Amino acid sequence: MGLLDQRFENGNIVISSIDSLLNWARLSSLWPMQFGLACCAIEMMATGASHYDLDRFGIFFRGTPRQSDVMIVAGTVTLKMADRIKILYDQMSEPRYVVSMGSCSNCGGPYWEHGYHVLKGVDRVIPVDVYVPGCPPRPEALMEGLMKLQEKIRNESLVKTA
Amino acid sequence: MLTEFGRVLIFFIIGAVFVAGGLVTAWLIRPNRPYPSKLTTYECGEVPIGDTRVRFNIRFYVIALIFLIFDVEVVFLFPWALVYSQLGWFAFVEMVIFIVILFVGYAYVWRKGDLDWDRPAPKIPTFEKGVGVREDHLLEEQVVGS
Repeated sequence: MGLLDQRFENGNIVISSIDSLLNWARLSSLWPMQFGLACCAIEMMATGASHYDLDRFGIFFRGTPRQSDVMIVAGTVTLKMADRIKILYDQMSEPRYVVSMGSCSNCGGPYWEHGYHVLKGVDRVIPVDVYVPGCPPRPEALMEGLMKLQEKIRNESLVKTA
Repeated sequence: MLTEFGRVLIFFIIGAVFVAGGLVTAWLIRPNRPYPSKLTTYECGEVPIGDTRVRFNIRFYVIALIFLIFDVEVVFLFPWALVYSQLGWFAFVEMVIFIVILFVGYAYVWRKGDLDWDRPAPKIPTFEKGVGVREDHLLEEQVVGS
C-alpha cells in the first residue's frame, strides 16, 4: 500500500524521526544482486570475500532481484546484456539503487570509440545512483561507492519531492 | 495461573503477532508502484516464454519408476559386494532371489509394452531403382512445386 511513501507535504519532528529510522534500516542492510558482467566482477567478488568483507556493512549478495536492494553493474554492458539488465532492474523491489562499477558501465570505457557491441554507459537504460571509477576499481573503491550510496540513503525522506 | 499449555498458547500468540507485525510494517512503509515488467516471472533476465506449468509426457513416469527400482537395487548390491566374502553362499542365494524378482518385474514391463515409445511413423514412398527398371513418367500435377 505504501502509506508512508512520499505522502507528506511538509516534514515535522515525527516524520524526520521515522525517516532516520527507515533510512538507517535500509542503509544498514543493502543487499546487492549477485551478478557480474566482466572483470569488475572479480573485484566485486574480492570485495565480498573475507579479505575486504562486505558483510561488516550488512551487505551480502542475494540470488534474486526480488530480495535485493542494490544492483552493482560490475563490468561491460553489451547491447545484448542491456535488455536483460533492464528487465532485472524492473524486477527488483523498491526502494532500489544502482551502483555502476568501472569505466565500462560508467561510459563505455575502452569501448567508447570503437566498441560496436557495448552500451555507452549503463545509465542509458537504468538510473544510476553512484558511479565508481576505475578499470577495474579496486575493492576499496567499490566499498567507497557503497558508502556513498549509504550517505545518499541517509538523506532520503518521506516528504514529497517536487 | 497458567498451565503448561497456556504458556505454549502465549508462544503461539507472540509468534503470530511477530509475523503479522512484520508484514503490516512492510505494508506501511514500502513503496507500491507496480507495473507489468516488474511483475513478470523472474527468469534470470530473460523474457518468460509460455506458462510455468509445463506438461511432461506421462510415459516418462513409467521410465522413471523402473529407473528408480534398479537404482535402489544397485544401492543394495554395492554393500553386498563389499562384504560378500564374509557372508558366503547364503547371501549369494539371497541376492540372486532379489535380482530374479526384480527381473521378473522387468520382463513383465517389457512384455506389456510399457517400454515401447510410440514414435511418429512417417510414410516414406518407396521405389525401385537400378539399371533396367522402367519408371513411369510423372504427370505434371504430381511434380511438387510445378
